[in-house]
Amino acid sequence: MKILVCVSNVPDTTTKITFTDNNTQFNTNGVQFILNPYDEIALSRAIELTDGGKGSVTVINVGEVNTEATIRKALAIGATDAVRINAKPHDAWYVAYQIAEYVKANSFDLILTGRESIDYNGSKVAGMLGELLDLPSVSIIKKLDASDKEATVEREIEGGKEILTIPYPFVAGTAEGVAEPKIPNMRGIMSARTKPLAVIEPVDVKTNSEVLSYETPTPRGQVKLVPADETAKLVELLHTEARVI
Amino acid sequence: MSVLIYAENASGKFKKSIFEAVTYARAIADQNNTNLVAISIGDVDAAELSALGKYGAEKVLNVSSDKLKNFVNQAYASIIAEAAKKQGSDIVVLSNTFSGRGLAPRLGVKLQAGVADGAVALPEQNGGKFTIKKTAFSGKAFAIVELTSANKVIALVPNSYKVVETGGTAQVEDFAAETKDSDFKAMIKEIVRSTDKISLPDAEIVVSAGRGLKGPENWGMVEELAELLGAATACSKPVSDAGWRPHSEHVGQTGIAVSPNLYIAIGISGAIQHLAGISSSKVIVVINKDPEAPFFKVADYGIVGDAFEVVPQLIAAVKEYKASA
Repeated sequence: MKILVCVSNVPDTTTKITFTDNNTQFNTNGVQFILNPYDEIALSRAIELTDGGKGSVTVINVGEVNTEATIRKALAIGATDAVRINAKPHDAWYVAYQIAEYVKANSFDLILTGRESIDYNGSKVAGMLGELLDLPSVSIIKKLDASDKEATVEREIEGGKEILTIPYPFVAGTAEGVAEPKIPNMRGIMSARTKPLAVIEPVDVKTNSEVLSYETPTPRGQVKLVPADETAKLVELLHTEARVI
Repeated sequence: MSVLIYAENASGKFKKSIFEAVTYARAIADQNNTNLVAISIGDVDAAELSALGKYGAEKVLNVSSDKLKNFVNQAYASIIAEAAKKQGSDIVVLSNTFSGRGLAPRLGVKLQAGVADGAVALPEQNGGKFTIKKTAFSGKAFAIVELTSANKVIALVPNSYKVVETGGTAQVEDFAAETKDSDFKAMIKEIVRSTDKISLPDAEIVVSAGRGLKGPENWGMVEELAELLGAATACSKPVSDAGWRPHSEHVGQTGIAVSPNLYIAIGISGAIQHLAGISSSKVIVVINKDPEAPFFKVADYGIVGDAFEVVPQLIAAVKEYKASA
């Protein structure tokens, strides 16, 4: 089985998010960038599914040269090889279009993405890839079992789950539950340095969205503390002041 | 031109998040002096469909067939795109549900439209510029995004726009949509719904607990409080990682982002990753025995105390309040 895993380079989950230039630029100063946690789940499952010579895992990233540390991390975790499309990931459409062009030239049985990247949270690339390649897509899956001709996936729905079978090839966005994230071992880290990382140039395509500026959530006022033995007072405040119960 | 809203149903009924999305789409139609058309796919009865008029839909297109009874991402996207083309809709609105997140990107490609997922406010339309506020950095910030394409797809975050009833009745029309076999490759084997519990993304009140509860055996009081308040239960990442609670309850940066009216956090310290997922909650209550817990800094109300003493008392107080109400 040939699996393609699409990965993003995102700010670490502990990052305090701030902006510069009149709130038009994300402040990357001092920010550690990591492999998107959901993509790590996708990659970990792909490695499990191809373990023992049952296939290969290619990781693909649309990014500039600074994303290579993250790509090497994916190789260290166990990907077979990697591709970087040398461009700024302008928007989801731009990224999906680049990846779709690559897939058209190199066929895969399964294409995985994380359910969303933790920077823009769009959950769009999986669906766009599905549409561009005329393949089924499932946006958020919690489980992925593979057999020869099809896979069984569990999709989250409000208040429950749906179990689907989908023939290969298809696209899926993975969430927690699909796999435990793998941690690279020393051998993985050593071999990652020499695994193939191809850099290809992007195709020309127009974007259809642009981030103009950012806002941070309005800070809340001072917390109102209620003594531990006066829970009735809390209930009253929630009813009369906050009006939420 | 017109605005098209996809009214997703759950077992034949529309939920509050859909009424929010219809109200929101009505407001966008008003911004553009145009009509609002709704489309429903699946098995929904006529009364339920025409009731969408209450929230501002003038017409409801009804697509119903055995094959389309349950959600099929590809086929539903084809039908909605076809309806948008036939109605001349340049703006398509969805609710940012699990299924909505599957449809929005496919519609974006089919309609060559920019997609604003996770929208939390009405768009601003000034001098041909169409901008919209959406969640970013997993709840730590918002981005103001310009959609530069002629067509637009917008997915509204549940519980971020207030339902308004204007009182009309919508005219219901059958819509015959063409689908192709290749749209039905993904086959549903089973749908499991837990009917006795309120789902986390839909919940207006969420009762959430963390490692301070010491073990899964202590969740009884969390569930009891949630049931009393008509709330959904949630947890922090360490709790779902330890297998005390299912992953579907994990709220935070790498779990689910929620925006309930009331979020009650019990025994959760308030790590930045957890706070990201709950920052758009309207009111936050924190119960923690550590007065230095970072969660108190973002809370509206707090009780410094041992959860094992405070929560049972809170349950008693809620019971008393409900008895007197």
